[in-house]
Amino acid sequence: MTILTLIEHEQGIIDPQTLSMLTAARGLAQEQDLPLHAVLIGANVSGLAAELGEYGVTAVHMIEQDALADFAPNAWAACVVEVMGAEKPTAVIGAGTERSNEVMAHVGARTDLPFAANCLTIQPEDDAWFVKRVRWGGTLHEEARLYGDPKLLTIAALGIEPEPSSSGAPEIISVTPNLSDADLLVRVVSRIEPERKGISLTDAPVVVSGGRGVGSAEGFVILEELAGLLEGAVGCSRVVTNNGWRPHAEQIGQTGTRVAPELYIACGISGASQHMSGCSGAKHILTINSDSEAAILAKSDTAVIGDLHEIIPAVIAEIRKKTA
Amino acid sequence: MDILVCIKRVPVTGAKVTLTADEQAIDAGYLSFAPGPHEECAIEEAVQIAKKHGGRSTALTLGPDTAVEQLRYAASMGVDDLILLETDEEFPPMPTARAITAAIQAQERPFDVLLFGNESADAGGYQVGIRVAHALGMPVVTGVKKLEFADGADGGTTVATAHRQTPDGWELYEVPLPAVFTIKEGINVPRYPSIPGKLKAKKKPIQRITPEMGAVGLEKVRLVVPEAEASDVNILGHGAAAAPQVVELLAELGLV
Repeated sequence: MTILTLIEHEQGIIDPQTLSMLTAARGLAQEQDLPLHAVLIGANVSGLAAELGEYGVTAVHMIEQDALADFAPNAWAACVVEVMGAEKPTAVIGAGTERSNEVMAHVGARTDLPFAANCLTIQPEDDAWFVKRVRWGGTLHEEARLYGDPKLLTIAALGIEPEPSSSGAPEIISVTPNLSDADLLVRVVSRIEPERKGISLTDAPVVVSGGRGVGSAEGFVILEELAGLLEGAVGCSRVVTNNGWRPHAEQIGQTGTRVAPELYIACGISGASQHMSGCSGAKHILTINSDSEAAILAKSDTAVIGDLHEIIPAVIAEIRKKTA
Repeated sequence: MDILVCIKRVPVTGAKVTLTADEQAIDAGYLSFAPGPHEECAIEEAVQIAKKHGGRSTALTLGPDTAVEQLRYAASMGVDDLILLETDEEFPPMPTARAITAAIQAQERPFDVLLFGNESADAGGYQVGIRVAHALGMPVVTGVKKLEFADGADGGTTVATAHRQTPDGWELYEVPLPAVFTIKEGINVPRYPSIPGKLKAKKKPIQRITPEMGAVGLEKVRLVVPEAEASDVNILGHGAAAAPQVVELLAELGLV
């Protein structure tokens, strides 16, 4: 009996949300008095095992195959199912990311077990586990009973601070599943670098985001200038992409990108819940809006009331004056 | 090329969400309904694929009789055929996937392309498309924001190239048809239905099937509106005159 976790990594780095998930899963394992195990899948991943030990993992089930050099969701699921057969875990847990949700859904389909995505709290009980999970991108929570043995779930990890613990080096258990051509059919065959290099929306410490109030594609020139001065990136709301003012890659929200910058500057954005679910991880939200009754004010730390087309140029001028 | 697009009826919510008294659903008294944003793009994609490559497009939804509205909306965008898996119960992911799989298997013509939204706007289970793919023995690519098809050599199997966006660019996947794709908003800009399209959609026949719930797997107990954090917004000022206060804030945050 173990708690088995799914480790997501890219280019030799463990995904930060996996470390957050491990922090939460470790708490659950301790409560249940169960060892914390991990499944580590890839072509050249043995170097990551030590870091897993630092997060309390006592055994790493390692699958290293050349065919797994790049992400292959169904093959990853086949690996997890193989380890499940050998280890008979109580639960299999991933982070609530696109990739881990995908792999866990494949695991659920392969084993005909239910799967609960993006859980916020987990209470193990005798048969069904009681979970609280994210609905509507976080606007609502659902309390639910998760059946099946083992329990399959992912943890909404964005808000959890990763905390190492002081465990030693984990035991390494090599696993060599027989992956079929069908398992490996869906995998990354090539990549395209982004056309425009620059700081990515998810990494930017500052996001200057525009909504309906910006008024036009041209209106974003001043937002770009402000973002440039602050070494940040430009984001936008769904109205903006629907109007064709900005590309969808810049859309913040439930059906766009989720960001957690130091500062989110929301310009002319009303604050629909679908938008706020994409930026609620920001440390500080500064709103610039002409409507002092806009819903976004209740979610903001600071605000300036007025026309963004006057305020942003004045802020730009003030920054230039200060840094000149 | 025959395409199926699976959609879900969800309320169009704004900034504030209230629940029904039994805490089982959103109080939709004053709200309108629509397919989820990802699914609206999936409908558009289905119509475009059918037009470009020849073939029929079909929209399917699982829901109450009122979900006919969403099927008619899909038809008004150009979808040819409509299927309603009619139930007043809320189906969790596993029963939904079983019902859709059974409905697909009951059709006379097989589908070449199955489209879903990447995740439903309301429940966000991230799994129905993947479960249906496994049940039908088809490959599945999720989170697709660009989809292209190329005929195989000597009239062989058509191969799809699916693009998925990552923070660092794009990942490309290649799979032979038939296959399942879960679509993300941004793959296209869905059209507004035309008046003739709406009139035509009203007359479309709807194939009705009654799905079986079976074992639920994940059972909803109740919905909860998360407690809003206390609103203590600090108004820095009004208009351009507030610029110095903004820059002061930027300095405090170590950004200038």
